[in-house]
Amino acid sequence: MSWKIIDYTGWGRVLRASGAMARPERARKLADLTKEGGPAVGNRRSYGDASLNNDGRAIDMTRMNRIIGFDAETGQVTVEAGITIGELAHIFAPQGWIPAVLPGTGFATVGGCIAQDVHGKNHHNTGSFGQHVLSVTLIQNGKRVVATPKKNVALFRATMGGIGQTGVIAEATLQMKPCPGDVMMVTEQRAENWERHISLLDASTAEYCVGWIDATAQGAALGRGIVEEAELAKGLLPKAKSPRSVPRDAPNWALSGPVVRGFNATYYRRVPTSGKSSVKRIDDFFFPLDKIHDWNRLYGKRGFYQFQNVVPLSEVGALKGMLDRIAGAGLASPLAVLKRMGDGRAGHMSFPMEGYTLAVDFPARDAARDLIAELEKMTAQANGRLYLAKDALATGDAIKAMYPEHGDWAAIADKSDPERSLETDMTRRLGLRNTG
Amino acid sequence: MKDNMTNLPDTVTDETWIILGATSSMARAFARKVASEGAFVLLAGRDMEDLERSATDMRARGQHAEAIKFDARNPKTFDPIIDRVSEVVGVINAAVFVGSMPPQDAIDEDPSLIDGTVMDSYAGPARFLQKLAPVIEARGAGTVVGVGSVAGDRGRIGNYVYGSAKAGFATYLSGLRNRLTRAGGHVVTVKPGFVDTAMTWDVEGMFLVATPEKVAGDISNAVKKKKNVIYTPFFWRYIMLIIRHIPEFIFKKMSI
Repeated sequence: MSWKIIDYTGWGRVLRASGAMARPERARKLADLTKEGGPAVGNRRSYGDASLNNDGRAIDMTRMNRIIGFDAETGQVTVEAGITIGELAHIFAPQGWIPAVLPGTGFATVGGCIAQDVHGKNHHNTGSFGQHVLSVTLIQNGKRVVATPKKNVALFRATMGGIGQTGVIAEATLQMKPCPGDVMMVTEQRAENWERHISLLDASTAEYCVGWIDATAQGAALGRGIVEEAELAKGLLPKAKSPRSVPRDAPNWALSGPVVRGFNATYYRRVPTSGKSSVKRIDDFFFPLDKIHDWNRLYGKRGFYQFQNVVPLSEVGALKGMLDRIAGAGLASPLAVLKRMGDGRAGHMSFPMEGYTLAVDFPARDAARDLIAELEKMTAQANGRLYLAKDALATGDAIKAMYPEHGDWAAIADKSDPERSLETDMTRRLGLRNTG
Repeated sequence: MKDNMTNLPDTVTDETWIILGATSSMARAFARKVASEGAFVLLAGRDMEDLERSATDMRARGQHAEAIKFDARNPKTFDPIIDRVSEVVGVINAAVFVGSMPPQDAIDEDPSLIDGTVMDSYAGPARFLQKLAPVIEARGAGTVVGVGSVAGDRGRIGNYVYGSAKAGFATYLSGLRNRLTRAGGHVVTVKPGFVDTAMTWDVEGMFLVATPEKVAGDISNAVKKKKNVIYTPFFWRYIMLIIRHIPEFIFKKMSI
């Protein structure tokens, strides 16, 4: 009654899986299912294979999506892990609270946010998602185990960013932060080139700050983009536009070189040289792409990759070199982001480090795979690291070298899941459960 | 984003909804829907732990909800619900989502399963509604939503015990409608087709599957428009029209 075979993919739609999926609706059922094995998956917003288990079992958490405790005095909320972060923002912003960290899509589940220890546009001020988790309830082979920053500390750290390998993430208590209202005051300004872009990011004092980058601009315009700074505010809410969707796979030329270059130039000039200030809805600021449901179909049937790395502050020159390679290759899409990160991270396998992070999409073609392989090497040389929420192509040796605490993490994961029944396509591809 | 992403209710109305079988996803969706429109919701069912979670969830959204015990096979659980709603002013409504569907081959092996199926899908909820009917009559208003099944429209080899219980319930609802109408009340009979729930998750050969939120929206519209019998999604009316009109001498040889 519980399992059925389904075909499913990661968000990039390049990597695919077929396997038995269950979708429990009650806590008791979920606990029973974990005895049969298989990792938990959420809304599958990871781009690669972090949420895939080909030929194996997986538990779809999206119907475990309730708020099971809320304290209006402290802003602490306890949820079932399948609730989306966007829904939490929706429910609580009008009541004066907002999740401390919001990733780039509101469709990510809380379980997924924990498993990837995600970051948001305020990472430089507020740290990563896991740093605002007060408690997490795991189910390990039918048994509930609670970990907090004070109790079961090692397990807690191994769970934050631990790609679901320490147990099924069933529930979590989050500390939200007060917010004055549910709009954002947003300031945008042009950055004419790389140096200007970096210096605007460095100088920003805003709570939220991110750079959109034109990854097709070359030469003197290399690194140009728009730096967006924002603060939560109280104000009149602009009317919501109803979401649109991409009903079918777009043709392959939809995001071809000329189209992307044209789009990027127009987008860049949208902001006047003197800058621009506006009031945006929380959703529109944090989750701009969620308005277009299934936007991943824009890349056509073959799917796409997202490359995201972070390098230390001192390696900013190396990152410029990488952008130069990307711009020269002419493969990039409109979705490219540059951001300065702080050092906040909650677990052994958390992505963030103090430095600059660059995220760029590429259509899934051989040339893109070659370029990404090269960017990975350059990242390793620059003492940077890749993000497991995005990765689809790296090698295990490279990842393990980038995450110095990997050995400690793998040991805790094995203690939590000795049968290794929570492995995914990603952990197998990268050999992450092996310390060697 | 999602349909269930309702925020604070705009107003508090004087409507109360008793949701029987509130742990099912269809019932959860309907409860969220009416609560978001301001109703006070009594979530009734057997799994109190799960019902408390749903009630907490709705309260965190600024809605009004309580969990209360209901077991179709235990009539002792009926009176406390009637007592609870009697304390509440305004219009009392009830939506019945209970029912159980053991696989037909399990019933073939152990015919005593028929008793439980009939208790869950017909006798239990009907006994409860007999107690509620005087409350609706006394207040001169109130709607009963009874969720039946297209399986009740014609007995088929795959689930005729469940189907016959639902058919009995549908006939009961028709009689109750006849009774309550003259006192200002109303009864909506709902016949869902394939809905994406835990019960149907692994059922093969499903087509045109509706989300629980879609069905909840259809039921809510039917209540507002005082419809008598609805199929949801609507096209099931035509599918079942055809199935009901297949002559028995042909139907008895079919396996659909």
